[in-house]
Amino acid sequence: MTSQTIDDVQFIEPIPKRNYLNVEYGVFSWLLTKDHKRIGILYLISVTLLFFVGGIFAFLLRLELLTPEGDLFTSDTYNKLFTLHGIVMIFFFLIPAIPSALGNFILPIMLGAKDLAFPRINLLSWYLYVIGALFGIYVIVTGGVDTGWTFYTPFSTQYSNTHVFATTLGAFITGFSSILTGLNFIVTTHRMRAPGLTWFRLPLFVWSIYATSIVQLLATPVLAITLALLMFERVLGVGIFDPGLGGDPVLYQHLFWFYSHPAVYIMVLPAMAVVSEVVAAFTRKRIFGYSFVAFSSLAIAFLSFLVWAHHLFVAGISVYSAMVFSFLSMLVAVPSAIKVFNWTATMYKASVSWQTPMLYILGFIGLFTIGGVTGLFLAALGIDVHVTDSYFVVAHFHYIMVGGTVMAYMAGIHYWWPKITGRMYPEWWARLGALLVFVGFNLTFFPQFIVGYVGMPRRYHAYAPEFQVLNVLSTAGATVLAVGYLLPMVYLLWSLGWGRKAGANPWGAVGLEWVTSSPPPKDNFHETPVVTWDAYDYPAFLKAMKETQHV
Amino acid sequence: MSDAALPEEHPHHPFLQHHFEDMGQQHEASTLGMWMFLATEILFFGGFFCAYAVYRTMYFGAFRAGADHQNWRIGAANTIVLIGSSLTMALAVWAAQTSRRKLTVIMLILTLLLGGVFLGVKMYEYHSHWEEGLFPGTHFTYVDHQHPELTKGIELFMTFYFGLTGLHAMHMIVGVGLLIWMILRAYRGDFGAEYYAPVEVMGLYWHFVDIVWIFLFPLLYLLHY
Amino acid sequence: MDDSHDYSNEEPTHHVTGLPVYFAVFIALMVLTILTVWVSRVPIGRANTLVALTIAVTKATLVILFFMHVIHSTRLTWIVILASFLWLGVLFVLTFADYLTRSWSLY
Repeated sequence: MTSQTIDDVQFIEPIPKRNYLNVEYGVFSWLLTKDHKRIGILYLISVTLLFFVGGIFAFLLRLELLTPEGDLFTSDTYNKLFTLHGIVMIFFFLIPAIPSALGNFILPIMLGAKDLAFPRINLLSWYLYVIGALFGIYVIVTGGVDTGWTFYTPFSTQYSNTHVFATTLGAFITGFSSILTGLNFIVTTHRMRAPGLTWFRLPLFVWSIYATSIVQLLATPVLAITLALLMFERVLGVGIFDPGLGGDPVLYQHLFWFYSHPAVYIMVLPAMAVVSEVVAAFTRKRIFGYSFVAFSSLAIAFLSFLVWAHHLFVAGISVYSAMVFSFLSMLVAVPSAIKVFNWTATMYKASVSWQTPMLYILGFIGLFTIGGVTGLFLAALGIDVHVTDSYFVVAHFHYIMVGGTVMAYMAGIHYWWPKITGRMYPEWWARLGALLVFVGFNLTFFPQFIVGYVGMPRRYHAYAPEFQVLNVLSTAGATVLAVGYLLPMVYLLWSLGWGRKAGANPWGAVGLEWVTSSPPPKDNFHETPVVTWDAYDYPAFLKAMKETQHV
Repeated sequence: MSDAALPEEHPHHPFLQHHFEDMGQQHEASTLGMWMFLATEILFFGGFFCAYAVYRTMYFGAFRAGADHQNWRIGAANTIVLIGSSLTMALAVWAAQTSRRKLTVIMLILTLLLGGVFLGVKMYEYHSHWEEGLFPGTHFTYVDHQHPELTKGIELFMTFYFGLTGLHAMHMIVGVGLLIWMILRAYRGDFGAEYYAPVEVMGLYWHFVDIVWIFLFPLLYLLHY
Repeated sequence: MDDSHDYSNEEPTHHVTGLPVYFAVFIALMVLTILTVWVSRVPIGRANTLVALTIAVTKATLVILFFMHVIHSTRLTWIVILASFLWLGVLFVLTFADYLTRSWSLY
């Protein structure tokens, strides 16, 4: 190996005049596109909009909780606010965010394919998402829904007089969008890899997204049938889950969490996918223990299905099955910990460059670890009974979903922004944003661990006065967090017009997406690439680039 | 790779989409895609079957009493009709594989007819249950005079009966729509040994719907003991 | 699972099943349908459900293997099918782990 590093390689491929962004113009060239990159951008725009809708609800919730009295909203309005916050964030942001927006854009390029296997189905899945989201918007505009995002029966079927039907129908439809995306990714990964790209040369992003797709494919249909039964029961007045008519409401919870616990991994596995890419790129090293990280994704995908009833520990399930589920829940920590250890080991003694994506990932690793460890508290039967439905639980899953998934999502947006748009974002502002998000996040959610552990229940608009200090801290943190999320909106949009032009490989990273120009041409590559390097193998990649690009 | 390099030697099949390298890759992708979809269908129906199993365990007596309201002769006849349609569907795929255009069309039409017979019989059954007051919800007027305590359980059974067979029938109706489309394409002469993936994929879906019925028949009609 | 390059060489997908196989499977399915009706009228208690399900699984297996050509399909197709039934098994087993042990705590 020469002493030349990847940074010295000039990717001399001239920026072509025609890329996927300017190959066609007009609204219909976007709305009827079958190009996975354009569909990825459609997703990016729509999930961002819904993220801010969900964020507004979060902010209103925190505003109400500034004082112990329920003085800003009535309890009914508050119920609707936390329900809508949960539904919008989970079904319309967290689940599609990384796979459907970033994955759609990057996955086929990483595989060296021209497109996903079923481009029309890909477009269909975006439309299903939009239709589902429109149901959500309709519900928000016409008065909301107050069941909590879990739609527990018999409240949702017998008593609630809000828009339960429209909301569940929206979630049902969006579920099919998720299924079709997962289906497309799996088939593409199996059938459309470039010559030379064997399974163990795949970037870990692909492994993790593949595992996500398995969960989407096998868990979402159970949610679909559960919500269908719920709608059936609500409309016809039959007693599938209604105890008054012989049904069992706990069965609803079983079926619901058979989807919704694995759904946590639909949110977290793609985050882990981004982490592996960013860590490899900014440490200039191959991910330590590549195959362990790869297989731990599949292990998580499977184990995530064995733990659902830890959400039901106080719902009246048998004590014996609760013990089994408690034990199984702890098992999921093993593959997650393997990943964290391997990322940390990769960073060990590396010369890490602390650019924005890496800052977010550093945040991810710390926050995800806290979220994971508190998850183990909750998996333990005794502690769970103590803190069930308290703010401890709220803090725990926000550490996983916001501290984990949203952090990685932000990292991914910054990391691939030059590839998607062909422009660099302003680094200084971006670092400031990452700092604000990290500080704001911890200020918002760390106090909730404490206030929950000492007994503040979730889902009430009023609380005991002794909890106020911690709640004020939390609301202050939410304000900082909001600024941290708005700032990237401003500078990323700015960068579209005034950002520095990005070359093909601005980070000096290894991977097929960095071989093609930024933004990529319509068919991703000018000629089908041949892969001769292992994932993150810098010397081999450098050699291959020298040969093909005559550097 | 080969797309640009070898245009003369490998003329494109008219149905080869541009992002696939060749017909083999395209065929593999579509059958794998359909299998993945059927995997989701297995879990979709599976959740429903799981709920059925839970209540059947809880209320076995009532479920048996409910199943007594099913006419097993009609159910068995319909099972035979549906399995027959699976045979004609399999033969349609075979005919397409071996480039027999006329036979493909005939077999697809036969499949369509048998599917239509199945749905017609199903409508008849639904109608007679409705007449008996066995449709769950506000229309449920049936009372079991010998064992009044079973009435609620019988309503639950009928909920599952209508839910499961209704979901199955909805899949049949989608299948009928797809069949009509396939018949038109087969008639137009789209299919042959080179390109028959749509017929095969359609067949996979149709057989899956048949399999669901293979389970529904004993679970809903044959609970004598 | 290394199936990236040789998809066009995978003979199985273009295997043409002979007509006698289809008719034989059809007859077997008919026989099993009659058998399941007949056996349901024989009082063998709880075993009735077991027998009915065994016959249904056999019929489903015949359809999957021959009508759906899985017997000549790639290993990946097998994995997809087996995985979906494995996941379905998880749903049933862990749900019933609750329902069947609920009464235990009473003793």
